[in-house]
Amino acid sequence: MATASSYLAAQARRRRELITPEGLSLSLTVAGRGARFGALMIDYIIINVILIVLTGFLLYLAFGVIGLDRVSDPESAFQSLEFLAVVWLIAMFVFRYAYFLYFEIGPRGATWGKRILGIRIAARDGGRLTAEAVIARNLLRDIELFLPLVMIAGAQSGDGGLAGMAAAAWFAVFMLFPFFNKDALRAGDLIAGTWVVEAPRRTLAQTMSVSEAARGTSQATGAKYHFGEAELSVYGEYELQTLERVLRDNQPESIVTVAETICAKIGWSAGQGDERAFLEAYYTQLRARLERDMRFGKRKADKNS
Amino acid sequence: MALIPRFGRKTVESPPDIAAAALRSDRFRLEREGDWKRLETIVSRMESGRLRKLSDDDVIALPALYRTAASSLAVARETTLDAATLAYLEGLVQRAWFQVYGPRTSFLGWLRRFLGGGWSASVRAIGPDILIALAAMIAGTIVGWLLVSSDVQWYHALVPGEYGGERAPGASVEALRGTLFDKPEGASGLSAFAAYLFSNNAQVSILAFSLGFAFGVPSILLLIHNMALLGAMLWLYHDAGLLVDFIAWLSVHGTTELFAILLAGGAGIHIGRSMAFPGNRSILSAAAESGRRAAQVMSGVIIMLMIAAVLEGFARQLVTDTGSRFIIGGFMLAVWLAYFLLVGRRLPATRGES
Repeated sequence: MATASSYLAAQARRRRELITPEGLSLSLTVAGRGARFGALMIDYIIINVILIVLTGFLLYLAFGVIGLDRVSDPESAFQSLEFLAVVWLIAMFVFRYAYFLYFEIGPRGATWGKRILGIRIAARDGGRLTAEAVIARNLLRDIELFLPLVMIAGAQSGDGGLAGMAAAAWFAVFMLFPFFNKDALRAGDLIAGTWVVEAPRRTLAQTMSVSEAARGTSQATGAKYHFGEAELSVYGEYELQTLERVLRDNQPESIVTVAETICAKIGWSAGQGDERAFLEAYYTQLRARLERDMRFGKRKADKNS
Repeated sequence: MALIPRFGRKTVESPPDIAAAALRSDRFRLEREGDWKRLETIVSRMESGRLRKLSDDDVIALPALYRTAASSLAVARETTLDAATLAYLEGLVQRAWFQVYGPRTSFLGWLRRFLGGGWSASVRAIGPDILIALAAMIAGTIVGWLLVSSDVQWYHALVPGEYGGERAPGASVEALRGTLFDKPEGASGLSAFAAYLFSNNAQVSILAFSLGFAFGVPSILLLIHNMALLGAMLWLYHDAGLLVDFIAWLSVHGTTELFAILLAGGAGIHIGRSMAFPGNRSILSAAAESGRRAAQVMSGVIIMLMIAAVLEGFARQLVTDTGSRFIIGGFMLAVWLAYFLLVGRRLPATRGES
C-alpha cells in the first residue's frame, strides 16, 4: 500500500490545473523525465534507421541503376557521385529537423516516440500551440544534447584545459536543465513556452451498475445481497476504486481473494463460486452510499478517514 | 440524443438502457455517453489528419460537443466515483481541447505563410537586435585586422590551421592568387565540402542563436570571434594586394552567408535582451515570446545557409573573374535586402501568439 500511495503522491505532484481561454479547468500531468528520454531514444532510432535506408537507396542509385562503376568517363561519374554526396549531406541535416517539426506541428503534437510513450507537447500558458513555438524548441535541441556531449568528451581528454572544463560544465547545465525545475522543462521548452504532458488515450469502460448482480440479485444462486449501514461504512473511496479495478480486470483468483478479505472485514460469508456477484453488489451499494454522501459534501478518502 | 445515430462506419449501437443502471451517476453517464463517443470519433479523425472525412455536421458539432464533454467532466468530478469513466472523460476533454486549440496550420501551410511574409516580418521585428549584431560583426572584423597588422602571430591564433590551408602569412602572392582563381586540384569533392561547410555554418548560427539565452553575451562574443577570423584574412590578402579580388571571391556566397549569421546573432541577442529587460512580463513569458519570434528568423537563416552552400559549391567555381563575382554577390545582397524590407509589409507583424 505504501508504494501505491507514494506513486499516487508523485502523480499528484506532476498534476497541473490549466485554465483554458474559455475558463474551463483542465488537468494535465507533466510527463516524466524518463518517458521523455525514452521517446527521444525511439525517435533517434527511427531517424537513423530511415537515414541508413536512404543511404542504401542512394548507393543503389549510384551503382545499381546509373552504374557509376561501369561508366567509361571518370569525370562525369565523379560529378554524379559528388551530386549524390551533396544530396545525402543536406538530407541528413534537413531530415532530422523536418521529422520533429512535421510531427510536432501535426494534430497529435507528438513524434512517433512520444506517441508510443503516450506524451505530447502543449503550450504552457493554455493557449494555442504555434508552429513558431515548435520550431524554437527544436532548434535548441542541438545545443542541449550534442554540444554538451562533444564538450564533455573533449574535457575528458584534457585538450581544452581549464577553459574546456568550464565549457563542459556550462553545457552540462543545459543538459541537466530538466532536473532543476518542477515542470521538467528543457531549455528549448523554456524559450518556446511549451511543455511536455501526458496524453492518455483511454476507451470508455463498461458501465458498472447495469447488471442484475449489481442490483443485489445473484444470477447463479438467486441469493439477494443487501448490505447495511455498518457493513458499508468500513470502506472509503480508495478501496472502492481498488474494487472497481479488480472487477474490471476480472481475474478469478483476485476476485476470490478480495471477496474473502471483504467478508472477513464485515463478517459475512459469500457463497462459494458466487464471489463476483457478491462483489458487484457490494461495489454498487458502497458506491451509492459514498456518492450520496459526496452530493452532501461529505467525502471519505479511505478506510482510515 | 438525436446525435447518436451518426456513427459513420460503425454499426449503430442500440441506445443504452438507462433505466437499468442502479446508480444515479451511471444513469448520468449513460445519458451522455453517446455524445462523448461521437466526440471521440471526431477527435480521432482529426488526430490522424483525415480532416476530409469529417462531415460538415461533425465540424459544426465539435465545439458544442467539446463543451458538453467538458461540463460533463466538471459534474462527474463532483458526483461520480467511477474512476474509469472519470479517467476516460479527462483524457477525452484533453484530446478535444488540443484539437480545438491545436496548431491552426500544417507543416506545409506554415511554410507557405512563412515564405510569403512571415519571415521578413519577423526579421523586421528584431531590427534593433540585428543592428547590435551588425555592430559586433564590424567590430570583430576591425579587431581581427588590427591585431594581425600589429603582430602577425595573431593570425595563427585567430585562424585555425586546417581552415587556413595555404592562406598563411608569408605565402607568396601567387599562392594566394591561386586560392582565389584556380580550380582546386581534381575538384576533389568540392561541392560535398560546401555541403559540409553549410552544416558547419548552420551549427555556428544555431549556436549564436541558442547562446542568446545567457542574456546575449555569448552570442556577441561568438560573432566577434568569427568575424575577427575574417578580418585577419582580409588583412592577409590586403598585404598581398589582392583585397578586392578576395572580397569578390568571398561575396559570391559571403553576402548570403554573413547575412545569415548576422540574422542568427540578432535572433540570439533578441532573446537575451528580452530576458534581461522583460518589462512588465515575467522573464519566462518574455523568453517564450521572443523565442518564438527568433525561431521564425532562424528557420529562414537555415534556408539562407543552404543557398549560400550551393553558391559556394557551384557558382564560385564556375565564375572566376572578379567583376562577375561582385555582380552575383551584389545581386544576392540586393535580393535579401529587398525581401526583408519589402515583402509582407501588409501582413500584421507576426507575434508569437498570433
